[in-house]
Amino acid sequence: MDGNKSTTALFYYVDVSAADRQVDSFEELAMPLFDQLYNFAQWLTHNREEAEDLVQETYVKGLKGFSSFQLGTNFRAWMYRILRNTFLTSRTGLKATMTIPLDPEEEGPEPAIEHDTPETLLFERTNRELLQRAIDELPIQFREIILLCEVEEMSYQEISETLSVPIGTVMSRLSRARKTLRDSLRPHPQIGTATSTIARGTNYGL
Amino acid sequence: MVCESWREKLDTYLDGELHDQEMRSFDAHVRNCPSCSADALRRVQMKRSIQAAGKRFTPSAEFRNRIQKSIATRPRRSFKLGWMLTTAATVILVAGTLTSAYLGNRSARDLAYQNHVLSEIADLHVETLASSSPVDVISTDRHTVKPWFQGKIPFTFDLPELKNSEFSLLGGRMTYLEQTPGAHLIYDLRKHHISVFVFQERSLPARLDEKFVTPRKLSFTTETWSQGGLRYFVIGDASAADIDSLAKLFKASS
Repeated sequence: MDGNKSTTALFYYVDVSAADRQVDSFEELAMPLFDQLYNFAQWLTHNREEAEDLVQETYVKGLKGFSSFQLGTNFRAWMYRILRNTFLTSRTGLKATMTIPLDPEEEGPEPAIEHDTPETLLFERTNRELLQRAIDELPIQFREIILLCEVEEMSYQEISETLSVPIGTVMSRLSRARKTLRDSLRPHPQIGTATSTIARGTNYGL
Repeated sequence: MVCESWREKLDTYLDGELHDQEMRSFDAHVRNCPSCSADALRRVQMKRSIQAAGKRFTPSAEFRNRIQKSIATRPRRSFKLGWMLTTAATVILVAGTLTSAYLGNRSARDLAYQNHVLSEIADLHVETLASSSPVDVISTDRHTVKPWFQGKIPFTFDLPELKNSEFSLLGGRMTYLEQTPGAHLIYDLRKHHISVFVFQERSLPARLDEKFVTPRKLSFTTETWSQGGLRYFVIGDASAADIDSLAKLFKASS
């Protein structure tokens, strides 16, 4: 019957278009993030080939899992989370996590407030490479949070979703990361501040 | 020190993550406290430096294409297969509708992007000409201007020979489009100033169409093309024929 047929056709129409729309939108949502995800990946891996592998795996996993992605939630944080989790379970990632400072984050005093200003010193002899090296040398947990906050300009909420940690942890980790970075940019790092944070982490890993 | 309680939250404030009420009282405090405002300024500068230094690695165009292909094609078949068996005709019809809608969307988006890029280029052109020192390397000699860019931009390009043409080179400067560094050259033609911009194609966030339509509201004539991985823009208030002949000189030299 005519009436029946058109109902059936309508049903198919809706369903297929939904499937198609979804596939299209993964590409549409994911490709604009390509450059920044790649940049983040190479910061994590320190290596072009590994960064490419990491990004590729992220896109493959993203596409596969896209049906489980909740539309309306934060897609960028979702992609970064996939990339980061993939990295952390890779060989380089596992090695990198060995140097994470494992201080309890939620408790404990916040880093002391600084009265001297390494920033000024930095800007006098400012130097992109100097800053890049300092970021490179940060323990992975600090490096990633600095990049997500300052380079990707993610909100605390987004960072919290990306790293799967509460916002309080985001704040305290960010604060420590900034302090470590500032300390390492001092012309003569004082023994007992930045160096010890990193060293402590390293020993813990061993 | 009185300000210590403020300083503790200074980074959170600069990240824009305090509650509205706190943001407002912080604004007021920073305005009236020289030491906190100086500190805030330094931290903002630090944030900016980190942001600039953090944008460090660019994927290759080849890699981008590979990923784009891998996510564009694969899943469609499996989604559709079941339906195609039962209602092939409907699916074809629907696919047709969707494709045209998709292409329609995409071209609208591309057009918006092109207009955006073109306005940026026009702004750079006008802004530079209005400046008291429009060029950083002042020379009519292409063999002086080209090496000047060495180490300042992440690519190299060739400047055309201008003998037997009416154009003369005034100089060049570094420029940025969408956070991408590039070269900006200024030419003179019978007192008209014409800008030529060169960027790395792969650093620009989206592809531009060769048939670049100049929005009517812009009174400039523009031409753009991509050659050898570089994206060129020629813009100026000279006639379309003049702009085109400068473009041709560039196309011939690179």
